[in-house]
Amino acid sequence: MTTFWSFWVIAIVTINLVGCAWLIWWTAKPIDNEPASGESMGHAFDGIEEYNNPMPRWWLGLFWGTLVFSVIYLIMYPGYGNWKGLLGWTQVGQWEAEVKATEERIAPIFAKYAAMPVEAVAQDAEAREIGKRLFLNNCAVCHGSNAHGARGFPNLTDSDWLYGGTPEAIKETITNGRVAAMPAWGAVLGEDGVNEVAHYVKSLSVAQIKADKPELVAAGEAKFQQNCVMCHGADAKGNFAFGAPNLADEIWLYGGDIPTIKETLNGGRQGVMPAQKNLLSPEKIHLLTAYVYGLSHSK
Amino acid sequence: MAQGHSAVEKNLGLLIVLTLVACSLGGLAEIVPLMFQKETTTPIEGLKPLGALELEGRDVYIREGCNVCHSQMIRPFRAETERYGHYSVAGESVYEHPFLWGSKRTGPDLARVGGKYSDDWHRVHLNNPRDVVPESNMPGFPWLAENVLDGEDTGAKMKALRVVGVPYTDEDIAGAQAVVAGKTELDAVVAYLQQLGTALGRGTVAPAPATAAN
Repeated sequence: MTTFWSFWVIAIVTINLVGCAWLIWWTAKPIDNEPASGESMGHAFDGIEEYNNPMPRWWLGLFWGTLVFSVIYLIMYPGYGNWKGLLGWTQVGQWEAEVKATEERIAPIFAKYAAMPVEAVAQDAEAREIGKRLFLNNCAVCHGSNAHGARGFPNLTDSDWLYGGTPEAIKETITNGRVAAMPAWGAVLGEDGVNEVAHYVKSLSVAQIKADKPELVAAGEAKFQQNCVMCHGADAKGNFAFGAPNLADEIWLYGGDIPTIKETLNGGRQGVMPAQKNLLSPEKIHLLTAYVYGLSHSK
Repeated sequence: MAQGHSAVEKNLGLLIVLTLVACSLGGLAEIVPLMFQKETTTPIEGLKPLGALELEGRDVYIREGCNVCHSQMIRPFRAETERYGHYSVAGESVYEHPFLWGSKRTGPDLARVGGKYSDDWHRVHLNNPRDVVPESNMPGFPWLAENVLDGEDTGAKMKALRVVGVPYTDEDIAGAQAVVAGKTELDAVVAYLQQLGTALGRGTVAPAPATAAN
């Protein structure tokens, strides 16, 4: 605060405090020719008379008490212009002390688990409790509080992985995030092409489709082999390197009915897992990795 | 002089004037100096005015009353900085007219929600929150995806904000409509949300100014 504003605040605060003290002293002072204490002031309304009674003691005491309190407060804490207060209290200082105290308390716990391999941490009951809280606070918004995911947000409790389910892969996913890049095929394949490929993809998990619509599926397979195998593989089992899902199982991220598969083909999908490295410490990511790993590897 | 207070009690005009003087002392000491402090009037390093689409998103955010349930003010308490990131500083709100700090949280604080979730998540969540968070009691806003913006007023809004000190350039204002036209309100809100608090960064790990977000 500049000197001017410091004096501005000091002046107003001083005027205020002194003014309040003066006001209470002045109004309590006896005036000339006033009726004796306890006598009527001489005006009445609706049968109610005003008596010349002193202000209640408890009330006066509170008034003076607040004035004394504010003076002591202004000496101890910042508030009187640029005066920092005898206690040296600041809002940021209090926050830093609070953070430091907690860090000191929890650092050894996190350090212990950081030194253990993910597989071991995943079997530790306390670590799972901590991991669960971290998960609920940071991950559940997309993946659900039970980690079963939602449409477009993967289920973490099964053994089907987009980018791999090893501790290293999970940690990499949490730390640096993932951006899926399923391109839009609508313009390339055309309406019929999309329909054919959708039926072929569906036939990989539902054999009946192939029996029902053999020509559609055969045409789709040819187009699939031409366009899709680069990421999803010739057997359509997917590829962790691209986050390309396995299309031959019955687990679907966006939905496995024909209209939804067509929607995916037409518009593409760009699922994003946001990077957590700027949000969470490596120790917390380690615990989260273990928690997520443990969801599908618990004994 | 000894009869002074009865003069105040019996003269309505004098009573009003003295009441106003008494009431204004607090504001004069606590509010007025803040309008002239470097800490509150200097933008933090890297703070940019909202882009045209983000600005429209902010107006939709206000129209839908998002700020009624979501604050944008992380207080300097460990529990808050742990969950939301670096506490809010005054220099982040220099271009906010009006600010949306709020003091009522039915939903979580959004001061640093930018970059925390994917665009897709915001789209699904704004359309129907229960699609991703079954426990949520936030209402859905399905019409945002249907309402298309024409951007006719965006430039004028920027011009008005420039009058109160937001440093929009003539190019910003001239190009505003082209940026906004044809986008949906959902696009705008998501763009607005994704930049919230990113100038300072969440920095939960080591809260320090200048931590780049994302």
